[in-house]
Amino acid sequence: MNGRRVVVTGLGIVSPVGNRVDTAWQAICNGESGIGPIERFDTEGFPVRFGGEIRGFDVEAYLPRKDARKMDPFIHYGIAAAMDAKADAGLEITAENAERVGVSVGSGIGGIHSIEEGHKSYLQSGPRKISPFFIPSAIINMVSGNLSILLGAKGPNLATVTACTSATHNLGLSARLIAYGDADVMFAGGAEFGTTPTGLGGFAAARALSTRNDDPAAASRPWDQDRDGFVLGDGAGVLILEELEHARRRGATIYAELAGFGMSGDANHMTLPADDGEGARRCMDAALNDAAMNPDEIDYINAHGTSTKAGDRAEVQAVVGSFGERAHQLPMSSTKSMTGHLLGAAGGIEALFTVLALRDGVVPPTINLDAPDDDLQMEFVAKTAQERPIRAALSNSFGFGGTNGTVIFRAVEG
Amino acid sequence: MSSIEERVKKIVVEQLGVKEEEVTAEASFVDDLGADSLDTVELVMALEEEFECEIPDEEAEKITTVQQAMDYINTHLES
Repeated sequence: MNGRRVVVTGLGIVSPVGNRVDTAWQAICNGESGIGPIERFDTEGFPVRFGGEIRGFDVEAYLPRKDARKMDPFIHYGIAAAMDAKADAGLEITAENAERVGVSVGSGIGGIHSIEEGHKSYLQSGPRKISPFFIPSAIINMVSGNLSILLGAKGPNLATVTACTSATHNLGLSARLIAYGDADVMFAGGAEFGTTPTGLGGFAAARALSTRNDDPAAASRPWDQDRDGFVLGDGAGVLILEELEHARRRGATIYAELAGFGMSGDANHMTLPADDGEGARRCMDAALNDAAMNPDEIDYINAHGTSTKAGDRAEVQAVVGSFGERAHQLPMSSTKSMTGHLLGAAGGIEALFTVLALRDGVVPPTINLDAPDDDLQMEFVAKTAQERPIRAALSNSFGFGGTNGTVIFRAVEG
Repeated sequence: MSSIEERVKKIVVEQLGVKEEEVTAEASFVDDLGADSLDTVELVMALEEEFECEIPDEEAEKITTVQQAMDYINTHLES
């Protein structure tokens, strides 16, 4: 990346596999699924009745109830992940540095739950019964907005919205802001709460979701012959990105460098990937080029790998296109096999897992992968995590609209 | 059945997230109980729902303290 170097100094997560970084990472390394029947609403009549809901989350550990009431759950999740990331980074925001600390936490869908509820109030009781908090509880940039208020962060305040690539784009673009000099620290990532009646129903209508209702934990099975769609998941992943010297000066623990970022557009189809993963290949090429790295220097790919027929195939073709011969020796796994697909938050929690894989020298598994398609033969790390040294790792996200993002993390010397 | 005073105070406690003892008759929603302009709009909506009445906007704007809320309810529930 041109300009100043950017490192990761804090992590925070809310996810179907746990709401703390250590417990979530342990679950991922153990190959534990976070998928189960949806319990927040009655799914009678829905073709899909399971997902990755958040369990054991107490918003009042982060916000007074009075304030929490005015925010959609996706905002709660984003705030919680960001607050935990701040604590992890040991970062203090003061009058001196406030203008150099920014926030960029996006979402794919935003406050769909609040939109459903607000519309219900209107239909039942008329326009006078629409809450004054309806709009600010639902709009997508309100994770970033509320965080700036809670943290006193007065730097750039953004929320990039690019469907399932949202978090990855927020991370990459935040790194660019730091490299360029607009900020020294950015809270970056994504948050999502899509398991609502119209969220679930909408994706099911698009035939995007697995319908394996009799065995939810086995439903997300990237690259497996019996895969039949993705599994909707909720949560948030937020990383603290920081300029390298800024982090060193304050003695922060540095997880990794965000060494490269790539983007591309498919220009092909609303929901399907480009033929042969052409757009994804260009995206990874751009990230490698940005990092000034060769394919040989990447030791792990945290794939987008959502468990759809077309998407999983296209990503493998893209990796073969970008990495050539190395593609077949390169461990590539999908943690979505355990978390489900967190849409606009996916790239956040997956960047976090990628960074921890790099730190610990552990490649997380792809669970539920019994037998891949005959022509998809890669190092998918099926079922069980593997210990192997990782010098650098790459995380992919691809979204509806044909929007692609790739980030590369590299170990930092010294 | 609770008195009007009790019901109003309960709503204020719930909506503004304040302690019951803070909700005195003279307490101003904005100056004493930490409400902002959107909070007061929602508070009036909650009062309307509790007392099954409709408070016109020009009347709602005059309700700035707990006492004024109780007075309004008392006057309009009797009539």
